Amino acid sequence: MNVKASLPGFDQVDRPQRDKISTCIHCGLCLDKCPTYRTLGTEMDSPRGRVYLIKAVDEGRLGMTPNFIEHMYLCLDCRACETACPSHVEFGDLMERARGQIERQAPRPLAGRLLRWLVFRGLFPHPSLLRGLFRLLRLYQRGGLQRLLRTAGVFNLLPARLKDMEAMLPDLPPRPFTRSVPEYLPGQEPATRTVGFFAGCVMDGLFADVHNATTRVLQANGCGVRTPRDQVCCGALHMHAGDREQAKALARRNIAVFERQDVDVIVNNAAGCGAQLKSYVELLADDPQFADRAHRFSERVQDVSECLAQEPLRGPLGAVPKRVAYDDPCHLLHAQRIRQQPRDLLQQIPGLELAPVTDADFCCGAAGIYSITHQDMSRRILERKMEHLAAAEPDVIATGNPGCMMQLRTGARLAGLDAPVVHPIELLAAAYEVGKKT
Amino acid sequence: MEPSVLQELAAIVAPQPLLTQPEAMLVYECDGHTLDKAPPDVVVFPTSTEQVAAVVKLANRHDVPFVARGAGTGLSGGALALEGGIVIEMCRMNKILEIDYGNQRAVVQPGLVNLHLSLAVSDAGFYYAPDPSSQGSCTIGGNVAENSGGPHTLKYGVTTNHVLGLEVVLPNGDLVHFGGAVLDTPGYDLTGLFVGSEGTFGIVTSVTVRIMRKPQVVKTLLAFFDTVEAASNAVSGIIGAGIIPAALEMMDNLTIQAVEAAIQASLPLDAGALLLIELDGIEDGMEADAQRIADICQQNDCQNVRVAQDDAERALLWKGRKEAFGAIGRLTPNYYTHDGVIPRTRLPEALTRLQIISHRYGLRIANVFHAGDGNLHPLVLYDERDGEEVERVLKAGHDILQACVDLGGVLSGEHGIGLEKKNCMPWLFSEGDLDVMRRVRQVFNPQELCNPNKVIPLRGRCRCGAVTGDGTPDHETHEAVATAMQDAHVRA
Repeated sequence: MNVKASLPGFDQVDRPQRDKISTCIHCGLCLDKCPTYRTLGTEMDSPRGRVYLIKAVDEGRLGMTPNFIEHMYLCLDCRACETACPSHVEFGDLMERARGQIERQAPRPLAGRLLRWLVFRGLFPHPSLLRGLFRLLRLYQRGGLQRLLRTAGVFNLLPARLKDMEAMLPDLPPRPFTRSVPEYLPGQEPATRTVGFFAGCVMDGLFADVHNATTRVLQANGCGVRTPRDQVCCGALHMHAGDREQAKALARRNIAVFERQDVDVIVNNAAGCGAQLKSYVELLADDPQFADRAHRFSERVQDVSECLAQEPLRGPLGAVPKRVAYDDPCHLLHAQRIRQQPRDLLQQIPGLELAPVTDADFCCGAAGIYSITHQDMSRRILERKMEHLAAAEPDVIATGNPGCMMQLRTGARLAGLDAPVVHPIELLAAAYEVGKKT
Repeated sequence: MEPSVLQELAAIVAPQPLLTQPEAMLVYECDGHTLDKAPPDVVVFPTSTEQVAAVVKLANRHDVPFVARGAGTGLSGGALALEGGIVIEMCRMNKILEIDYGNQRAVVQPGLVNLHLSLAVSDAGFYYAPDPSSQGSCTIGGNVAENSGGPHTLKYGVTTNHVLGLEVVLPNGDLVHFGGAVLDTPGYDLTGLFVGSEGTFGIVTSVTVRIMRKPQVVKTLLAFFDTVEAASNAVSGIIGAGIIPAALEMMDNLTIQAVEAAIQASLPLDAGALLLIELDGIEDGMEADAQRIADICQQNDCQNVRVAQDDAERALLWKGRKEAFGAIGRLTPNYYTHDGVIPRTRLPEALTRLQIISHRYGLRIANVFHAGDGNLHPLVLYDERDGEEVERVLKAGHDILQACVDLGGVLSGEHGIGLEKKNCMPWLFSEGDLDVMRRVRQVFNPQELCNPNKVIPLRGRCRCGAVTGDGTPDHETHEAVATAMQDAHVRA
């Protein structure tokens, strides 16, 4: 974020909490787990250093200077430091509150304000507009325009950032998932559970295949799946960018939507969304009307791997003879502490070999819109990630978050690594498919 | 600092930028020891030995103090730029230059993270033995400066036992080599002299270390006791029986509670103390040793003994031990730790003295330490926003060190003297002893620019500007100024 002027210190609205700041005892055990510290070696871009800067602002030793703001936004918010921290510093919460302070207080240039408003307030909260955008994008891909522009080399004339964004776009499905399936899909007998399915916004439009795979596997395991049509974006992007108010509005809406459904758990398959849904309880803790409801909502949220791990997988599973490199999405591993379940699921697939990956617990550099806003750092982190993935010699790369999937696809393309990037649930769905035929 | 000096510095390390922004200087004002704070004027990130030498020569030309820094995890203020000047941050010199399995050694740059070395040689069946609790972050260069230890030093020794040779930029910028590639080289043991000099004898730019074969078998036991005294007696019993475990660690009740909250390893929250005991080596005889240890624990009224069932449980228990300091952060905003060493036969007395000190100052003290070699780590819990409490903490720290020395021990086992314990050195050493140290320091660091004013109370050159009428340094004024500076740091 490009801010020229210094802002005064924190005000009282969603201020980073002092007792959470002082949980950091400055031991430094987080340093080597932080992607930006590993890349730069600068203390200000380490978790410990960022907490120290937040502390300095909190104590009035420092204003929110342009440099302070820059250091806050260079953080990927991957929360690897939380897993490393023995003192249990809630770093993600501190960072998001600090960014919230900056966002509310910072005077932005008009163009920037307009763009942000369009994206965060005008677009993401409105599913129908998003669907419209995805339709246009699909028309662009399928109507021949994309091929024409690519062959003509038009993108070489565009700024590098736009060119890369265009290249990252996956092939769009004909219709968003929520518009192509009934609201209720019955579970295979004996049906034991009814789950609510959180489809998200980006996943819904761009990754309908992953959603189809998810519901098929859930159904095969006796879960009836309810996908309410009126659900909205989880608000994770807003939260990371410091727009807490809009994030709260989206949270209230989703809570109300799922309260109307008679479901045991609320399943999702995007690590970033899952982490956000689970944090509604903290986000709305000060809202007297929603605090309890948020608590009931968040405690029912489960990643699909978490949900499936609760009961033994039902058969028959056919063989998927592939060497798979599994890469942990940060918001699954660090924010939700889910490490083993996806690996266990993959290992139950006959013929599938799980390849060990060095630093699989490290961020890939996607981090929501970070790969666009901080492309240079994002690429440096991605390069290292691709070296480790290539060393695992995989047939397939698996990771459970749309941002990570797009980022790793870009990485594979740049590194010349011939391995498709899929969601783990797609491998499981493939195994069921093969199992049906044999 | 003069802009022209900064320009010269920038030219040396280009294209790596300098850090001079106030926000950056703020985060470099302290390391793992947060009671004292002093911001540098500039931080540089050299990427080669030549750059380090050039920076040091520049500092000499302009009479600017400098200090090397690794990951900043030190616990005695060793990387603090006490008098401002240049922080030479070594973290970008982090390569493994050579691995020689046949001769069991590796050559590494000082900014390499300790654990990264063990990970790099792990597949070949080797590891680097010194394992400070911060090994996942701290650097080999910092380990050399502080002569770092770790839980496994009981059997394998500290850093100095694993360093064969050093490439060093002396405080005047000259490049020299100490030791070599074998265990003992002819002439004076300058490697031994340099390791543990806490950054006052120069800056190490390459280290030749020993790497060891991983043991065939490792067995990890946990023994729980009602009291710290009973656990201490078991420690004496184990060592007295002629068994040298690879590690022998103790935690008291307060620490057990914090660690259990952090790792959920089913530790009993009502135990007064636990011993974490590790045996390693060849398989033959290990079961018998483990049984003897269990028997000795039983004879000392232990509640029960638990054996780690697999590598995962072993790793979890060690994670708990190594992150114990951080886990204490769950109980308190700040802690102040010492690492005084006492003869292990006097452990029960030492722990009683700690309890008395805890009561005297009304402060909670948690204990987690290397019981096998008597290396205490009392953690005094406090809140730095309470100025009056900070004063009590400092007094308690003073009394703890005094108790260690009274019991025939020393001020520090591995954290170093740095800034914080400098003024306690006369408790341990006579004026004659200290004078030899000062003269050795004079040989290496005559300008006193290299990490000034650390480790030993100096006489002579005074950088705070206090001089008497005839131009000689005024020690009384210096001491007064130094004390005032320290007070100011504490208040800050």
